[in-house]
Amino acid sequence: MDASSVVAPPPSGRNPGRSLHRFANPGRFLRLSGVVLPWLAATGAALTALGLIWGLFYAPADWQQGDAVRIMYVHVPAAWLASAGYLGLAICSVLSLVWRHPLADLAAVEIGPVGAAFTALCLLTGSIWGKPMWGAWWVWDARLTSVLVLFFLYLGHIALVRAFDNPERGYRSGAILALIGVVNLPIIKFSVDWWNTLHQPDTITLTGAPTMYVGMLWPLLFSALGYTLVFAAIVAARTRAAVMERRIRTLLMMRAEETAA
Amino acid sequence: MTRKRRRLWILLACGLGLGSAATLALFAFSDSLVFFLAPSDLAAKAPAPGRTFRLGGLVEQGSVQRSTEKGRPTAKFRVGDGAASVEVTYVGILPDLFREGQGVVTLGAMQPDGTFRASEVLAKHDETYMPKDVADALKKSGHWNPAAGPPPPAATWNTMEPKKTGG
Repeated sequence: MDASSVVAPPPSGRNPGRSLHRFANPGRFLRLSGVVLPWLAATGAALTALGLIWGLFYAPADWQQGDAVRIMYVHVPAAWLASAGYLGLAICSVLSLVWRHPLADLAAVEIGPVGAAFTALCLLTGSIWGKPMWGAWWVWDARLTSVLVLFFLYLGHIALVRAFDNPERGYRSGAILALIGVVNLPIIKFSVDWWNTLHQPDTITLTGAPTMYVGMLWPLLFSALGYTLVFAAIVAARTRAAVMERRIRTLLMMRAEETAA
Repeated sequence: MTRKRRRLWILLACGLGLGSAATLALFAFSDSLVFFLAPSDLAAKAPAPGRTFRLGGLVEQGSVQRSTEKGRPTAKFRVGDGAASVEVTYVGILPDLFREGQGVVTLGAMQPDGTFRASEVLAKHDETYMPKDVADALKKSGHWNPAAGPPPPAATWNTMEPKKTGG
């Protein structure tokens, strides 16, 4: 038995999930991610650095907010990735609950802390911006409250998937919690349109021209792309480590069984 | 029906149920989810006199009077939303973004004389991000008066290259 097939899923026969299992093979994932990961991490770090240096030092200041507008280049991509990361967690949860992908289970566990960190960054930088601009560190409006709920959902998921002796039960419970929390994503997105909030509505929309000067928009977009690649790279690296840990555990178990027999 | 197909259908059914439950709950609570009331909301559902609530809207052009009462800065201004407006008095320091034409959210209560006495004024920033020279160029050319209302459509200014004046 070669090492790469130790934790491969059992052959799934002629069911409709078969093509998806091709990507769920942990051995294939290790080979593929080993090639992609250095490029992903390097490009992500370079784009984030480009966007942040451009935004923090060279982009024009806002006519009202002055230099405080520069917090946006850290805050807005963190907010986008907080939601996008949760969407990734939810997709892994569907794959885990319906198709029992072993790789989706591990990825879901690893997305949790990364998403929570990005959400914390979003809340923290928003608060630092809110005090000088609004005059308050925090208000309980629909946007701020729904993002705080997102943060608690991440924390709840982190705690729940690790709360069981049997990891399979942790994966199932975590996946159910993550999918219930998906209700919060449209609330975050549309809170500023549905209700009166102190938080401003979206600047970048699908329907109209962005109400932001291009000289500010470009560094924001570079920063957002960089954040996305960095998020993906961290999750991929953590998932690789988790696959290898699981493989080591399986090999040790096999050896223990052989010596016992 | 395979086990996977059955799990998928169960998940979709649960999602549908959860989604509609959440939608109904949000509709039912939508009145208490608003952060502030607009001046025109007050006519329809005025809070009981003396009850604290948040009033939000735009600071009306030409309505701001600043003075000093017993050594403390005092401001009087009208908060309007196009349809109605309310006179607000506030003792204290206004946030930096406070100006005529700016959105504000104030916390306080209606007084017997029909004015709103605020204990807190927060400035609401809108979704526009504009460098100073672009704003100056729009103001100088007469395309925008920040005290009178929101900026012109974004497509007219977001790629504009203002002429450098004086260096």
